[in-house]
Amino acid sequence: MLGPQSSLVMYDEEYKRIMTLIEKLLRESNSNVIFLVDKNGQLIAATGETEHLDTTSLASLTAGNIAATGGLAKLIGEKEFSILFHEGEKDNIHISIIGGRVILVVIFDQRSSLGLVRLRVKKASIELGVILADLIRKTEIHDEAPGVDSPFAEITDDDIDNLFN
Amino acid sequence: MSFINYASREINCKIVYYGPGLCGKTTNLQYIYNKTAQDAKGKMISLATETERTLFFDFLPLALGEIRGFKTRFHLYTVPGQVFYDASRKLILKGVDGVVFVADSQEERLDANIESLENLKDNLEEQGYQLEKLPFIIQYNKRDLPNCTPVEELRKLLNPDGVPDLEACAATGEGIFETLKAVAKQVLIDLKKGS
Repeated sequence: MLGPQSSLVMYDEEYKRIMTLIEKLLRESNSNVIFLVDKNGQLIAATGETEHLDTTSLASLTAGNIAATGGLAKLIGEKEFSILFHEGEKDNIHISIIGGRVILVVIFDQRSSLGLVRLRVKKASIELGVILADLIRKTEIHDEAPGVDSPFAEITDDDIDNLFN
Repeated sequence: MSFINYASREINCKIVYYGPGLCGKTTNLQYIYNKTAQDAKGKMISLATETERTLFFDFLPLALGEIRGFKTRFHLYTVPGQVFYDASRKLILKGVDGVVFVADSQEERLDANIESLENLKDNLEEQGYQLEKLPFIIQYNKRDLPNCTPVEELRKLLNPDGVPDLEACAATGEGIFETLKAVAKQVLIDLKKGS
């Protein structure tokens, strides 16, 4: 598991595997939107009817939600609440923690059901856990060999100043 | 803890504005939000009480442009400043890449500043961070008010290590973008070192 100070890094290969997996989950669970968020609120991947959604805000609030319920869990002596479910009039949100590190969010309406979503999420979580473990391994290998093909090693002061012009 | 996405060629970094209650953290973000071009910002979210005190956090996503072909995004957060929201403050510090400490320059808030800075150090340590190793900027806010403590005195009390510090007035916007620029610069330099 990555320490608090290490960066989360996403590579093309793992990103494609994640997208394939969540697209399959979207179909099989009959849901509207699925997204994957880092526990710190960074959006990792999203699929489904995302065009009318503010996914950045959703990601940040989901992480805040998980952090707050995690705090609640600790207060009563639990490690974490690994599944959260919010029921609305039309749309519902199913949130689960994968591998202790990332958050899988499924938004669905009456075309699906909580039972189906839970079942499909459970299966997908195992596969997602494998991909994330691969990703963490890859990141650790890169961390041990710093500077190797990193695009940031050559950032200049001018590059940074240009961002603010 | 930055997030580097090679698939979408993006870097995401998290900056937290910390400080005592009513020091101007939310006003910092609001000013940045109001003065940033539409295409460079997302929606600003404020989880606040009915009296507009921050309850959990404010959140503002900013896209600053590209560095070496990577889109650079900064996620700005504030913490709730009131003392009794400490549990929430700890949560928001998770995964932080850079911290801005907003100090309230008014004489009567001197103790509140010191207490909040100590609280920041404690909460960071609990998450496994050390403030000395993080990109860190101090902003002396409300410099326009008549009852200000001289900057030299504030510096002595709040900034013994001599980290970059700036004077500001969040209500008029003075020093706000300079603060953001200073912390963003440190975060990117840190990223460069880390890589």
